[in-house]
Amino acid sequence: MIDETTYAELREIAARYPQARSGLLPMLHLVQSAEGRVTPEGIQACAEVLGLTEAEVSGVATFYTMYKRRPVGDYLVGVCTNTLCAVMGGDAIFERLKDHLEVGNDETTADGRITLEHIECNAACDYAPVMMINWEFVDNQTPQSAVELVDDLRSGVERHSTRGPRLCTWRQAERVLAGFNDGLADEGPSAGAASLAGLSIAQENDWRAPSAGRGASAGERIETEEGQ
Amino acid sequence: MTVVSTSSTNEGPLTPVLTANWADDRSWTLASYAAQGGYQALDKALGMSPDEVITAVKDSGLRGRGGAGFPTGMKWSFIPQDNPNPKYLVVNADESEPGTCKDIPLMMASPHTLVEGVIISSYAIRANRAFIYVRGEVLHVIRRLQAAVAEAYAAGHLGTNIHGSGYDLDLVVHAGAGAYICGEETALLDSLEGRRGQPRLRPPFPAVAGLYASPTVINNAESIASVPSIIENGADWFAGMGTEKSNGFGIFSLSGHVTRPGQYEAPLGITLRQLLDLAGGVREGHELKFWTPGGSSTPLFTAEHLDVPLDFESVGAAGSMLGTRALQIFDETVCVVRAVLRWTEFYKHESCGKCTPCREGTWWLVQVLGRLEKGQGSAEDLDLLLDQCDNILGRAFCALGDGATSPITSSIKYFRDEYLAHLEQGGCPFDPAKSSLFEEVLA
Repeated sequence: MIDETTYAELREIAARYPQARSGLLPMLHLVQSAEGRVTPEGIQACAEVLGLTEAEVSGVATFYTMYKRRPVGDYLVGVCTNTLCAVMGGDAIFERLKDHLEVGNDETTADGRITLEHIECNAACDYAPVMMINWEFVDNQTPQSAVELVDDLRSGVERHSTRGPRLCTWRQAERVLAGFNDGLADEGPSAGAASLAGLSIAQENDWRAPSAGRGASAGERIETEEGQ
Repeated sequence: MTVVSTSSTNEGPLTPVLTANWADDRSWTLASYAAQGGYQALDKALGMSPDEVITAVKDSGLRGRGGAGFPTGMKWSFIPQDNPNPKYLVVNADESEPGTCKDIPLMMASPHTLVEGVIISSYAIRANRAFIYVRGEVLHVIRRLQAAVAEAYAAGHLGTNIHGSGYDLDLVVHAGAGAYICGEETALLDSLEGRRGQPRLRPPFPAVAGLYASPTVINNAESIASVPSIIENGADWFAGMGTEKSNGFGIFSLSGHVTRPGQYEAPLGITLRQLLDLAGGVREGHELKFWTPGGSSTPLFTAEHLDVPLDFESVGAAGSMLGTRALQIFDETVCVVRAVLRWTEFYKHESCGKCTPCREGTWWLVQVLGRLEKGQGSAEDLDLLLDQCDNILGRAFCALGDGATSPITSSIKYFRDEYLAHLEQGGCPFDPAKSSLFEEVLA
């Protein structure tokens, strides 16, 4: 059930935009945070706040893969099985986790802790094979490290993203996606090692972009090319 | 020909600009960004007229970093300033093209670079509202963007009367909800309006009727993040890097079977051979088999393309597209049919369903490819695949359908025998365990 606080927050999201309907995607994220999935009550609340029909809201909610119509566990574990992660080991990781957790794709463990799914490319290919836990990066995985991670999460052991904070629950994460900051932005590093690969080499060799104010450089270059 | 540097020192093959501060302590904070000169470009821009800012970006030769390569300054100049509706800037940070992983680390490490770029760009096109549409599946990146925007408001870089200039701008960080198609600019606009993310018919183009049917500029995150450096250092500085028609620098993302995968910022026109030298080469004991120059929607290249300059013109002339400079490296252990089938399953999953060639065509492609991968079907199926691709390419509503055909047609062009080997052997001749990074037999 959608309480008054959530209704007020739904209105607050809609008010961020010149046209209220633009708030629908973050509003549905908030519904997931409050309800654990997109519920009929959540759809009704969004429709009411935006002056839409429930069918119009449902039409949007069913288009996007992040919106779930069945209850999601505390930890949504996504294994990238798009081509690059798959060949680097993502397929093997996903198979191992299905066996270990005794669930199929898009299914939740009986204790309600873990929902497993395979995901598409999540823009971390230089850290392949990649997993996402509640949309936090877990880089450079193996079947063994993946099993240890989900076991820890199931038994309540604190674990961190490889490039971010301690892993929160899926419902907490959905609240951030709705635009309500949880104050954790300052946790974790600036970047992982792969993100810094080129910069590190440039720094070792003292390579830099040309300095500013060298207006003649373009002309010099053209002259050189013409001379070849 | 790439840049011939005439400078005496320090100009190597890599030119960190956007990535330069990524290793700084707490690089994502305003304090860190300001300490290395952040928001000085904004002051400089606010001292210029909006048209002067547009001219500077035009003169720099900056072209869209999201794949299409359209000149950024020209796009800005298409905004009809006599249109009475509000103008909008929308940043496309929906980075989802398989292999593409440059905008996400940029926004994680230095969100203020993007925020400063948004403010300068919005000022240029005379927008008072801007949006960063970031894919929803990157929680920590969204936190960092939200925090950066809050810091920018508190410091007076956003809000009313920015730096005493009289210019006002509000910026909203908007999280998507999982849909590759929303990287297509008109689908993104529908999504940002709270609808299903399906592409719109063009014309009218977004510059005339975009968000809320008002004049709208949509640019990729890396394009907008490049703007502060252009304003700070000058259009000539930017144009002095890169090739004649592909100016400036870009982030090249190496992934897959390479010794040191990661982000390498270099002038456009660098080659994969040069990048692989820097990255320690293909993983030890193996050799390059095929690669994508700009994501899975760009036709595959092979070892014969190692010396193609990675600029818009040269990659196009060699039969592919520069795309997003997402260099996915696959060695000889990888079955090209398996790789292409998986990408095709992706396109099928992500097809928005609006147009028939893409919606039905991608399903057909998966059926025929899946059969071939299992060693079933016949050699005629390769012709059937090419015929299906011919019925999608150029006939789909947007570029998703076109992109879906790229890996198929290019892989048949370079690896027809490997497809046939599946038929001859009644299955895949490769052991998938050999291409993974660890010793593990598939369950």
